[in-house]
Amino acid sequence: MAYSDKVIDHYSNPKNVGTLDKASKSVGTGLVGAPECGDVMRLQIEVDQATGLITDAKFKTFGCGSAIASSSLATEWLKGKTIDEAVKIDNMDLVEELNLPPVKIHCSVLAEDAIKAAINDFRSKNGMEELVFEQSHV
Amino acid sequence: MLKLPIYLDHNATTPMDPRVLEAMLPYFVENFGNAASRNHSFGWQAEEAVDYAREQIAQLIGADPKEIIITSGATEGDNLGIKGVFEMYATKGNHIITCTTEHKAVLDTCKHLEKLGAEVTYLEVQPDGLIDLKQLEAAMRPTTILVAIMYANNEIGVIQPVKEISAIAKKHGALFFTDAVQAVGKIPVDVNADGIDIMAFTAHKMYGPKGVGALYVRRKNPRVKVTAQMDGGGHERGMRSGTLNVPGIVGFGKACEVARLDMAADTERISKLRDKLENALTQIEESYVNGNPAHRLPHVSNISFKYVEGEGLMMGFNKDIALSSGSACTSASLEPSYVLKALGLGDDLAHSSLRFGLGRNTTEEQIDFTIKAVTETVLKLREMSPLWEMFKDGVDIDAIQWAHH
Repeated sequence: MAYSDKVIDHYSNPKNVGTLDKASKSVGTGLVGAPECGDVMRLQIEVDQATGLITDAKFKTFGCGSAIASSSLATEWLKGKTIDEAVKIDNMDLVEELNLPPVKIHCSVLAEDAIKAAINDFRSKNGMEELVFEQSHV
Repeated sequence: MLKLPIYLDHNATTPMDPRVLEAMLPYFVENFGNAASRNHSFGWQAEEAVDYAREQIAQLIGADPKEIIITSGATEGDNLGIKGVFEMYATKGNHIITCTTEHKAVLDTCKHLEKLGAEVTYLEVQPDGLIDLKQLEAAMRPTTILVAIMYANNEIGVIQPVKEISAIAKKHGALFFTDAVQAVGKIPVDVNADGIDIMAFTAHKMYGPKGVGALYVRRKNPRVKVTAQMDGGGHERGMRSGTLNVPGIVGFGKACEVARLDMAADTERISKLRDKLENALTQIEESYVNGNPAHRLPHVSNISFKYVEGEGLMMGFNKDIALSSGSACTSASLEPSYVLKALGLGDDLAHSSLRFGLGRNTTEEQIDFTIKAVTETVLKLREMSPLWEMFKDGVDIDAIQWAHH
């Protein structure tokens, strides 16, 4: 299977690899996937409490090139968005941007799940109710 | 100058040896006869070429040329050998013993036969990939007609104790079939010394052409017969009809001859390179060799690099190096290698494996390049791996409640 240029680019030069302080109240962490499934994504956001803007985003991913690219792209998209805007990121947007083939759509679903999990982690840390999401389609 | 890409997937297929191509060339345009044409020189010439090739093939495995049934490859050989015995020996019994790490051509053939009334025992393998002879002995029944255990495994290269297996089968009056695709031409295989009754192998895994293989069927002590799975002109002693692929067979014969003559030197050179590769890559923290290292083909190494995923790993160098991974993502299904799982490896380690298959043309320069590229990519991906970070922080990854999806 050939990878799209965008996947190769994110894989070769991943954006925002790293770790934020998960104990901090302004950081939300989402850890999704499972080692047995061959994909684990950890996505973190740092939120400016006053403005609700995502000021930083970091990821670490165990997985194939498409999983790495999906999470790398997700962190790029998250920075500068508000939490409310970030919630609206759809896995199909990632699929389109990265030209993922059908067999790799689950990588984008995982990235969307990671975003939502990070947002909910931030919300619960800050006394907000967790959002309930519909199941994404694989 | 190092020429890229480097091919390290010789368990999948091998390049054809130029000596083989040379032997084949006259049999396409000039000597194109049908080996079954008995009444003219075109046919005689083709028949003569096939007879000679059959001798070359037989010699490599210590067989009689009459015991070589030409097939289209090992998948056909596996089907013909197993289904053919099941049909031919139906009055004797319906029980077949095989093991969980066999090639799909064997496993799916057995599954098919189960629908037709066969009883099949799938022996589990030990963590090193070898079957347990005591379990085999215990699985034998009066109705056991066939023990089908591969000679050497395609993913991890472990060599099963075929002599001991065949002795157990013989003791209980069952036939011994072996899929020897990965072994023939790579290590000494002798059907008499090994006690093999039926054996499938193929040309393209040993520097011959694709689309031609052979099924060895013993003629003496005991005389074995298999029921044809393809009806027609009664070629190949009635066991496999179909016009013979003369150039392919000639090439297969030549490949067998070259393998027989070059085997000792090839093995010595290739196994040194394999060991160099393996020693260097197992220097990487948390990397593990899969399969019994003492009972293993000389040209294969299967290594798991914990906390990195196989396909992601290959992407780091697959424009320069061609090899295989046990990761799910490399196949259409999302399941990781069933062979590695059968060793008792967790799915995570199965996902993290690479198979290096060296060959006749592999050079030290290629191995040095591979060591460097793989090491760098493993280290780079670990910096990106949340599992690696957790491992380094002392988090028990197995204790985490992962959301399976």
